[in-house]
Amino acid sequence: MTTKTMTEVKTNKLTLVQAVTDGMRTMMKEHDDILVLGEDVGQNGGVFRATEGLVHEFGEDRVIDTPLAEAGIVGTSIGLAINGFRPIAEMQFLGFVYPAYEQIMTHASRIRSRTMSKFSVPMVIRAPYGGGIRAPEIHSDSVEALFTHMPGIKVVVPSNPYDAKGLLIAAIEDPDPVLFMEPMRSYRAFKADVPESKYTVEIGKAATLTEGEDVTVIAWGNMVSVAQKAVEQMSGDGVSCELLDLRTLYPLDRETIVESVKKTGRVVIIHEAPETGGAGNDVMALINDEAFLYLRAPMTKVAGFDAPFPFFALEEEYLPTPARVKHAIKEAVTF
Amino acid sequence: MENKFPIRQVMDGEGNLTDSSYHLTEELIKEMYKKMLRARTLDKKSVNLQRQGRIGTYAPFEGQEAAQVGSASALGEGDWMFPTYRDHAATLTFGHSVSTIMLYWKGRVEGCVPPDGKNIFPPAVPIATQLPHATGAALAEKRKGTDRVAIAYFGDGATSEGDFHEGLNFASVFKAPVVFFNQNNGYAISVPIEKQMNSKTIAQKGLAYDMDSVRVDGNDVFAVYFETQKAIEKARRGEGPTLIEAVTWRYGAHTTADDPTKYRDQELSLEKRNQIDPLLRLERYMEKQGMWDAAWMEQVLKQCDEEIEKAVWEMENYPEPDVNDIFDHVFKEPVWPLERQKEAYLSQKRGETV
Repeated sequence: MTTKTMTEVKTNKLTLVQAVTDGMRTMMKEHDDILVLGEDVGQNGGVFRATEGLVHEFGEDRVIDTPLAEAGIVGTSIGLAINGFRPIAEMQFLGFVYPAYEQIMTHASRIRSRTMSKFSVPMVIRAPYGGGIRAPEIHSDSVEALFTHMPGIKVVVPSNPYDAKGLLIAAIEDPDPVLFMEPMRSYRAFKADVPESKYTVEIGKAATLTEGEDVTVIAWGNMVSVAQKAVEQMSGDGVSCELLDLRTLYPLDRETIVESVKKTGRVVIIHEAPETGGAGNDVMALINDEAFLYLRAPMTKVAGFDAPFPFFALEEEYLPTPARVKHAIKEAVTF
Repeated sequence: MENKFPIRQVMDGEGNLTDSSYHLTEELIKEMYKKMLRARTLDKKSVNLQRQGRIGTYAPFEGQEAAQVGSASALGEGDWMFPTYRDHAATLTFGHSVSTIMLYWKGRVEGCVPPDGKNIFPPAVPIATQLPHATGAALAEKRKGTDRVAIAYFGDGATSEGDFHEGLNFASVFKAPVVFFNQNNGYAISVPIEKQMNSKTIAQKGLAYDMDSVRVDGNDVFAVYFETQKAIEKARRGEGPTLIEAVTWRYGAHTTADDPTKYRDQELSLEKRNQIDPLLRLERYMEKQGMWDAAWMEQVLKQCDEEIEKAVWEMENYPEPDVNDIFDHVFKEPVWPLERQKEAYLSQKRGETV
């Protein structure tokens, strides 16, 4: 499984979820103060196996099966974090974060400011999110905007195995709380080379996945793969798309977004969360502030609907598809 | 259930010892009295300052001095305290300065910042959310191999919240060295305990978590002190958490923004003031023991007044708040949206933009 690249970096072919595990393992080996807490994270290795094997390697004292109580998991993690540890709290699904929302909103995100930096909360909240895996209701929610709107917390979303490990390590090293959203549909969708050793992908930096001239397509998480398909197909139609994977939703990568829009003059943003109040609005606001005069067409979004994420029989109707993205791109370039 | 959790008392309302198994030194007695008088003086002063518009809305605690001073006095250096917005007698006893507490009510974030080396968390404003924090901080100490403990303060209404149960459950499961210190003052704003819960006691709620639980006369500073001490020593030995229900009575409002005459029987409050008041009973006890000395008492009161007047002066002469503080403590390293907002706002303030 191990391969060597040109630069002699040892890599493994991993899925996104394996890369998440690898990120935790890599850091836990180096730092005794890193703990994993959550429901079923120990013996069961997490409902998605993201923590598989960690309890055998690091013991039950560091990979802690907690009672079933999200506020308790986050609240206890806050107490550990202010007192010298770096907890990684797992929510089984982002859709289950609501009981813990108060702990995150009223404490984790503002302890630093409330105490003028006397106390800080260096914790990561990991949460699988998003639709497309035929999960029961509520499991598929994509509520990143609840957290991008929350002062004092960073929001990170990898879309591929390499980024997943590098961003997770950066999140663990971050001195402030980070919500680390893992796109469930991408968990095992494909494998990619992931360095065995420790590396980071900087929080707050987007990736330009394909360069183009006609339109900037912006996505994150599993929507990156949807966008990729649309962009490839548009290329066949002679439309040159620049595809950005935001990777971090707070803080946004101002430079990459603005520079791309200055080049293309057109913007299509894709997210699976409901359209109103979604994180895409902040991307639009940023472009409005910084690149308004470069726009050659109205910015558009392809998003989920302002409806609860449907029961899975209808989820493919709800989720943005390459066809919907292509439609939006065509509208942008023909405006 | 009340029979299973009898209220433990060392000294009754008349100042008679009801349990002579404890060793009460004159030093301890006087120390407790001084701390309680200091807290009460601060509390009364704060209510007055609020009435005069010199501080904002304030949450009084008069009547709860024994519960707070007694419990906080049992803590040691390096222990952790997770108070609510009403636990100033506790935070004062554990190391906050009077002026810090006043700054909090003056709307200054500096009022959340403990002195170096004092593990006092900012007051929890949401209800019961601090209980899991105490569990987590206590677990951290356990993992570090120290014998330090955490104490969390909360009221009777807090025991209806999910976080109360999650905090206790986690502590019980993980044997965290934590003391959950409940001040049952009978009301959650206007809702009396009978409407808050059908449980006869709060202590019995510990049964569900197989947690040692005790009811104590919260107006008896010695009973509170010794029971908390026992719980802390047990936690230090690695024997897990304890739930303490201190049964007390607050005379005043929930905050200066509400009117207790609308929901709290004032006659009963007056009766309690005469019968079970924590300071009065200690005075009665000291008188009976021949320890009461009007001159000493005057001197203590004078010291309290001086300390508090000095703190008021410090609060009112504190440097103006720095607008940078809004922006500079959100993240350790600045993030651009906040930096941009800061620059734009400060530049506008300086008149640099049109």
